[in-house]
Amino acid sequence: MEEKKTLGELRKRFGGNILEASAPFGDETAVIRKDALLQIAEFLRNPPFAFTMLLDLTCVDYPGRPDRFEMVYHLFSLARSERIRVKLALPEGAAVASLTGLWKNADWLEREAFDMFGVRFEGHPDLRRLFMDEGFDGHPLRKDYPLRKRQPRIPPRT
Amino acid sequence: MTSMPGHFVTTRFNHILGWARKFSLFHYPYVTACCGMEYMSTACAHFDIDRFGAGMTRFSPRQSDLLLVVGTVTQKLAPVLKTVYDQMTEPKWVIAFGACAVSGGIYDNYAVVQGIDQIIPVDVFIPGCPPRPEMVLDGLLKLQEKIQKQEQDWRWKKRKP
Repeated sequence: MEEKKTLGELRKRFGGNILEASAPFGDETAVIRKDALLQIAEFLRNPPFAFTMLLDLTCVDYPGRPDRFEMVYHLFSLARSERIRVKLALPEGAAVASLTGLWKNADWLEREAFDMFGVRFEGHPDLRRLFMDEGFDGHPLRKDYPLRKRQPRIPPRT
Repeated sequence: MTSMPGHFVTTRFNHILGWARKFSLFHYPYVTACCGMEYMSTACAHFDIDRFGAGMTRFSPRQSDLLLVVGTVTQKLAPVLKTVYDQMTEPKWVIAFGACAVSGGIYDNYAVVQGIDQIIPVDVFIPGCPPRPEMVLDGLLKLQEKIQKQEQDWRWKKRKP
């Protein structure tokens, strides 16, 4: 089937860098090694697969895992009307390659992931907070950020 | 106000000033979220806020005396709201419009101010997510009642030692 084709090709070409490949509910998903991200992304971006659209780039925090964060990339091919999901595990404090060179919209998406989770992106042109203010302490979507913690910028009226 | 048989009227200055002020509210819409839709239908022809003398929308806080805080105010936005309030000239009133402005609403999280009364004083709270225009008009009438009853402030009164 067409669905298996992308994953099969990825496996053939990148072998050991593909840790897991499956298609739950028909959505092709590849779990890859962190260091191979850039070359795999570039391969998927170009023809014949032509995943020209980066639908989403986000991060998930799993505090129980040894590699705490999981980056998730959703790609879409306009030419073939097909999707693929790429995931990779990331230990705390590690940096991952920036995809700004391949998809321009990765710029703000990576800034969001940096803001909310504290993930650093190597090669990002302007890695600043996107949503929170400059003086904000911590990364609010991490599971260990206190639920009730508030950081008002002006002191509350009495 | 008391009507007398000799065709003249007596009143108190405080009373007539309140009467004048409550029907000439210049409002500044500080619209940040979906409550803005309800604000629009309140302000426009369907519900027509102008019937109550509050139809003049000013887009500068320096020219307005009623601040309508319509929608969610985040911590990042809080200093801006405070500045806008400080820029308004006295006398001034504030309406918190909708659940988010009143209490933070459903957003009980790191980013949202839990009620704008933590930042600026508020005269009337209008709950609802979003409130119907009827509720907004009811809140406006409540504010007018409050303005009518309050101790009016005027300049030469302040100068007295």
